[in-house]
Amino acid sequence: MKRETRRLLKKFFSNFSACLGFVLLVFFFIVAVGAPYIAPPKSARDPYMMPIVTWSSNPLPPSPEHPFGVAGKRDIFYGVVWGTRTAFRIGIIVTVVSTLIGLAVGSIAGYFGKLVDEILMRITDIFMAIPFLVAAIVLATILGAGLDKVIIALIVFSWMYSARLVRGNILQVKEEQFVMAARALGVSDFMIILRHVLPNSIFPVLIQASMRMGSLVITAAALSFLGIGAPQGYADWGALLNYARNWMMGSQGEALRYWYMTVFPGVAMVLFVLAWNLVGDALRDVFDPRLRM
Amino acid sequence: MVFYILRRLLFLPLALFGVSLLVFTMIGFLSPYQRLATFINNPERLKGENVDKLISQYGLDDPIFIQYLRWLKNVFRGNLGWSYVGKGPVFEVILERFPYTLELTIFSVIPIIFLGISLGVISALHHNRVVDHALRIFAVVGWSFPDFVFGLMVLMVFYSALGWFPPGNLSIWAETVVKSPVFRHITGMLTFDALLNGRLDIFWDALRHLLGPIFTLTYVELAFILRITRSSMLEVLQRDYVRTARAKGLSEKVVINKHARRNALIPVATVSGQTVVGLLAGTVIVETIFNRTGLGSFMALAAQQLDYASIMGGTLFFGLILILGNLCVDVSYAFIDPRVRLE
Repeated sequence: MKRETRRLLKKFFSNFSACLGFVLLVFFFIVAVGAPYIAPPKSARDPYMMPIVTWSSNPLPPSPEHPFGVAGKRDIFYGVVWGTRTAFRIGIIVTVVSTLIGLAVGSIAGYFGKLVDEILMRITDIFMAIPFLVAAIVLATILGAGLDKVIIALIVFSWMYSARLVRGNILQVKEEQFVMAARALGVSDFMIILRHVLPNSIFPVLIQASMRMGSLVITAAALSFLGIGAPQGYADWGALLNYARNWMMGSQGEALRYWYMTVFPGVAMVLFVLAWNLVGDALRDVFDPRLRM
Repeated sequence: MVFYILRRLLFLPLALFGVSLLVFTMIGFLSPYQRLATFINNPERLKGENVDKLISQYGLDDPIFIQYLRWLKNVFRGNLGWSYVGKGPVFEVILERFPYTLELTIFSVIPIIFLGISLGVISALHHNRVVDHALRIFAVVGWSFPDFVFGLMVLMVFYSALGWFPPGNLSIWAETVVKSPVFRHITGMLTFDALLNGRLDIFWDALRHLLGPIFTLTYVELAFILRITRSSMLEVLQRDYVRTARAKGLSEKVVINKHARRNALIPVATVSGQTVVGLLAGTVIVETIFNRTGLGSFMALAAQQLDYASIMGGTLFFGLILILGNLCVDVSYAFIDPRVRLE
C-alpha cells in the first residue's frame, strides 16, 4: 500500500499542470489561513464584513494604502484576501455535505436496487430537472439573506451528482465475489455497504468532488454577484465584481480606467477555480487509467 | 425504437409532477402573505386590510395537499400570478421573453459546437505536441472562467474600449422601428423577425448586440466539447478499422474525415445536446451582464426584487424546458447511435 501511494504521488507530481494546480491551491490556502495577518481587520467586529474605507462611492485606483484600489467604498485587497476564506468555506462545506448525502442516497439505491432504486433515482432526476444556478437562486431567495442560506441552497441542489456516480459504481461492485462472500458469511447489509462496497467505489467520488469545487465556487459567487445571498459588504469575490458592474463603461477617453475593479477579484476567482480543475483532472488521470490519454 | 420513445414519454408526466411538487415545497417556505402574491393576478387587490380576508378566501391556511391540488389547477389554467418585474401576468411575461433566450441559445450553439469539434480534432491529431498543449491550456482556462468575470472583461475591452459589442437588445433607432405597428412580430426573436420583415439593417443591428453574449458563452462553454471530441478522437484513432483503412492505402485525409471523425462524433453529439439544454438555462448571468431581455435576466431581476410569483413561474418553466430538452436529446441519441436502442 505504501509503495502504491508513493507511486501515485510520484505520478501526480510528474504532471506539470497538476503541480501548478497544487501550488496554486497551497498559495490560496496560505492566504486563507493567514488572512488576519495579511489584511488585518481594523475593528473587532465580524472580520468577514469588509470595512468601509471612504465615504465617496467613486472607485479609487491602487495606491500604497489600498494596493488593489477601492470599490463600493471598500478596500479590494481586503475583500480579495478574506474572500479566499469565503470561497474555501462555501466550497468545502457544500462539497463535503452534498457528497455525504450523495453517498448515502447512492449506496442505498445501488445496493438495494429494484423499487428503492427506482424511487430514489426518479427523485434524483427531479432535483436535476431544474438548472443548478436557477435552483440555487430560487432557494437562496426564499430562505432569505445570509451566507448559511446560500450554503443550504447549494447543498440541496448538488448532492445528485455524487448520488448517481455512487449508485453506478455500486451496481458494478455489487456483483464482485467478495461482496457475495460477505453476504454468504451473514454480514449485515449496512456493514457490507460500509466495509466492502464503498471503499471500492470511493475514488471516483472524491475525484468528482474535487472537480465540482470549481463550479460550486463559481455558482456561489454568481449569487453574490447578482446581489442574492451574502449580505451587503460581505467579503466575497462575486460581491466585489458586483461593484464593478456600474463602472464598466469607464470614463470619457479612458475606457479602461476602472480595470482594477474587475481584474483583481476576477483573477483571484479564475486562478482558484483553475487550481481545483487542474488538480481534479490530474487526480482523474492518476486514479483512472482508462481515462488517461 | 418506437417503444423506447413511448417509454420515455410515459415518464414525462411523472417528471413534471415531481418538479411541480418540488417547486410547491419551496413555496411552502414562504409566509401566507408572500404566497398570496403567487395567486393574485391583479396587484390592486393585494393592498390594505383585504389581505387577511384573501388569505382565508384562498385557503392559504388549509392542509398542504389541498393547497397543492388547488395550486396545480391554477398552473394548468396558465395562472401563475402577477409579475411585478414584468408588469403583467407571469405566464404572458415568460412567453414573451422566452424567444429572446432561445435566440441567444441558437446563435451561441453554432460557434460552440463548430469550434469545439474542429479544435478538438486538431488537438487529437497533434497529440502531445505544442498545438495540443496550447489548446488544452486554452480549454482549461476557459472552463475555469466564471461567465460573469469573462463577460465583464468582454464588456470592458470590446465595448467600452473598442466600441464593438454594444450591450442591450437593439440600438435606439431600431428599437423605435421594432415597437412601431409597421413591424410584425412573428417569432418573437428579433433577428428572425427582422429578416421576415425584410429589414436587413435591423437584422444586422440585432446581431451586433448578440455578439458580446455569444462571444462570452462560446469561450466559456467551448472547452467541454473540445475535451470530449479530443479524447473520443484519440480513442477512435487507435481502433482496428482505422488501422485497416490506413493499411488499405487510403489517404490520411479520407481516413480522418470518413473513418475516424464520424465515429468519434457519437459521444460529442450526446454532449452537444446537453450543452444546448444547459445554455438555455445558463443565460441568467450573460443576459444580466449584457443587459438583455430574456428569461434568464428576468429570473435574476425577480430574485433581486423578491418577486416570488415570477420566480416560481420561471422555475417551473425552466424545469419544463429542461425535461423536454433532455427528452429530445435522449431520443435523438437513439437515432444517431443504434446501440442505445438495444439497451
